[in-house]
Amino acid sequence: MNYAALIFLAAFFALSTSWYTFVLRPNVQVGQLQQTNMLGSSTLYPLSRPGLARQGLEVYRANGCMYCHSQQVIQEGSIFEVMVANGGTNQPAAAAELARLINQSEAEATRLLATLPQMILSGAKRNTAEAAVKALTATGAQAFLWISPTGADIARGWGRRRTVAEDYLFDNPVMLGSLRAGPDLANVGVRLPDINWHLVHLYAPKAKVEGSPMPPYPYLFVKRRVERSPSPNALDLPAPYAPAPGYEVVPTHDAVALAAYLVSLRADAPLFSTPMSVASAAAAEISTNVPAPVATDATNTTAANAPAQ
Amino acid sequence: MTSPHSTIPHVAATVETEAGVSPSTTDASCRGPLLFLFVAATVWLLVGSVFALIGSIKFHGPDFLAETPWLTYGRVRPTHIHTWLYGFGVQAGMATMIWLFTRLGRVTLQQPFLALLGGLVWNLGVLLGAGGILSGDLAGYENVQMPGYAAGIMFAGYLLIGFCAALTLHQRQASRLYVAEWFLIVALFWFPWIFSSVQLLIHLFPTRGLAVNVVAWWFAENLQVLWFWSIGFAVLLYFIPKLTGNPLHSRYTALFTFWMLLLFAGWGGIPYTAPLPSWMPVLSNIGVVLTGITVLTMFLNIHGTLTGNWKLLGSDVTLKWLRIAIGAIAFASTARIVVTLIPTTRPLELTWFEYGRLQLNNYGFYFLTLFAAMYFIVPRLLGKHVSPGLIRAHWWLTVSGMALAFLPLMAGGMAQGMRLQNSDLAFLEISRGTLHYLRLSTVGDTLLVAGHLILLLNLVTAAASFYRARAAAAVSATRADLIRNPVEARA
Repeated sequence: MNYAALIFLAAFFALSTSWYTFVLRPNVQVGQLQQTNMLGSSTLYPLSRPGLARQGLEVYRANGCMYCHSQQVIQEGSIFEVMVANGGTNQPAAAAELARLINQSEAEATRLLATLPQMILSGAKRNTAEAAVKALTATGAQAFLWISPTGADIARGWGRRRTVAEDYLFDNPVMLGSLRAGPDLANVGVRLPDINWHLVHLYAPKAKVEGSPMPPYPYLFVKRRVERSPSPNALDLPAPYAPAPGYEVVPTHDAVALAAYLVSLRADAPLFSTPMSVASAAAAEISTNVPAPVATDATNTTAANAPAQ
Repeated sequence: MTSPHSTIPHVAATVETEAGVSPSTTDASCRGPLLFLFVAATVWLLVGSVFALIGSIKFHGPDFLAETPWLTYGRVRPTHIHTWLYGFGVQAGMATMIWLFTRLGRVTLQQPFLALLGGLVWNLGVLLGAGGILSGDLAGYENVQMPGYAAGIMFAGYLLIGFCAALTLHQRQASRLYVAEWFLIVALFWFPWIFSSVQLLIHLFPTRGLAVNVVAWWFAENLQVLWFWSIGFAVLLYFIPKLTGNPLHSRYTALFTFWMLLLFAGWGGIPYTAPLPSWMPVLSNIGVVLTGITVLTMFLNIHGTLTGNWKLLGSDVTLKWLRIAIGAIAFASTARIVVTLIPTTRPLELTWFEYGRLQLNNYGFYFLTLFAAMYFIVPRLLGKHVSPGLIRAHWWLTVSGMALAFLPLMAGGMAQGMRLQNSDLAFLEISRGTLHYLRLSTVGDTLLVAGHLILLLNLVTAAASFYRARAAAAVSATRADLIRNPVEARA
């Protein structure tokens, strides 16, 4: 009994199913993703990062930042509510419908309608909330399904919604990270938009975060003697980290690029594939005078804010 | 030269009943290439564990070696993983595979120079890879961080070694394939496929966004589960029946294990939390749970082979290592499946838990099966005993080092994951809370470095004393020749 060839063929078949499922299919499905519209606007998402931030991605990669920081927001669920924005022209019908929905008297419902916008049915199932929106809309009132993503990450302020494949479309490599020794960075540009904060933090983490276990990156900076006048891009360092008098700490191009990349990290645009998107769309429609929240992956300001080399 | 094997008692072999080339001849035929592969692999193991130690110390004081770019944590850590996975894991695995092919096929090593040349090329690739990572040339995907040029050289090295292994397999004299060989054949041919898939996508034809990450996860899982387990299981299936003298409990159970491993072990690896279309992580989780069947059937088969008497595994040096390896894979797999099945523990995915579990899988199971194989094979290649005292020291350092290096990471990761669920706790507090566990694991890393030093010392002294004896024999033979025929020799 010597089945080497047969085993080989059967094994080939068995293994090729795994190759087909996890190499070929993802490359067709995820690898061919296209830009999409942000909900409630015609803005394309994501935009490619500005050039300096793209160079910063290379610095992020070269220094293995991914080994301590993740770039993915995890969402545990969503809370569904109905936002009643406008009673419409047929107020009594709307009040009657509202009273039925919230199990209250019509007088109470009329009182609610006088103080719009209001949230009702907090914590309802998605189907119930959608049915309520339909019923209220039928009476001529303006009502929207309001979805708030929940989860520890979102409560901690690391993002407004979970991250989706679209968020990473133009990054190569995508460094999602597998460990949170440091905080998640998927939306660090939203939380900490100041490029100078990042530069000081990279040079001396403890100067910005008391007791931070993050290692400093002194090799991304140059410590040099002050020539005639201090450089405009010298870091403004607090006492124990400041260089000796007559010296200054200036970021290298790598440091500036890395900070520009960090500031460009924002994955909070409302999208079809993330339920929170509906909430934003509703918000945008209610206050029509306010433009839809601009949240692109590209913040052109980063390049402009960057200290000159 | 007398047969080097006269000093070593041969244990009754259950699978070597037919006539063919004798074990001592096959062992002698692979001496040079295999010694090279084993010693080079051990050097990488030692280098990798030193980098692991440096990375670990950085958690005691973040300023430690912070001035040097190439010693920043984000480069030290991938260097450690790169040297362990490719320098030791794949290299020593290939050497073990080649040896098992010669033993089970009762055939001398075919074209040994190919294995030696391949070994040189492979080590050059691993070296360039480590240098590339340290100089900041990371690919950006965990577990496959080597730059493209290093990957190309490593691939060429693998093909050379693999060609030698395939030739040896093809020339086998035994009429029946032992089940361990099935696992080895799959490992032999699967590695170039997964490695080229992932490297071509990373370096030559990158697709958009997360697709390459999916393939990198798939590769990591196929290497660390399918490939490592294939070699590890082959070692278990060969050595346990051979050294206990009991026949393998069930060939059919082993074949079942084989097909389960083949069909499902390559599915896992995609984190549940990954921002991907949900069918991918879901299918991946199913694969992870199904690997439980693989481990369970393997475990039952070993239990049957030992006829329930696990004390048999304490009877031999090699078996003592295998006993710990079996414990490690049982624990690591069970922990992984439990984490996959209980929804509330999914937050463990971005914590130290996963890292600790992976180390227990790679080192605790796979590397230990390789240590077991090396301590059996190397003395037979040389016809010399390696120091049993040093083996015992290595064993104790490994067992205590593993317990201190990996288990605290899993425990710390669980604490970290549970606390991360509570958004009222400040992140910095949670992060600093894991430091105690990390400091404990530094002690474990130190013990592992010491263990690897001892292993290297043991191998190198045995090899050196063998080659010194051979040189001395050659000199005295020449001298005897000179004395016998002084005129002829001078002419």
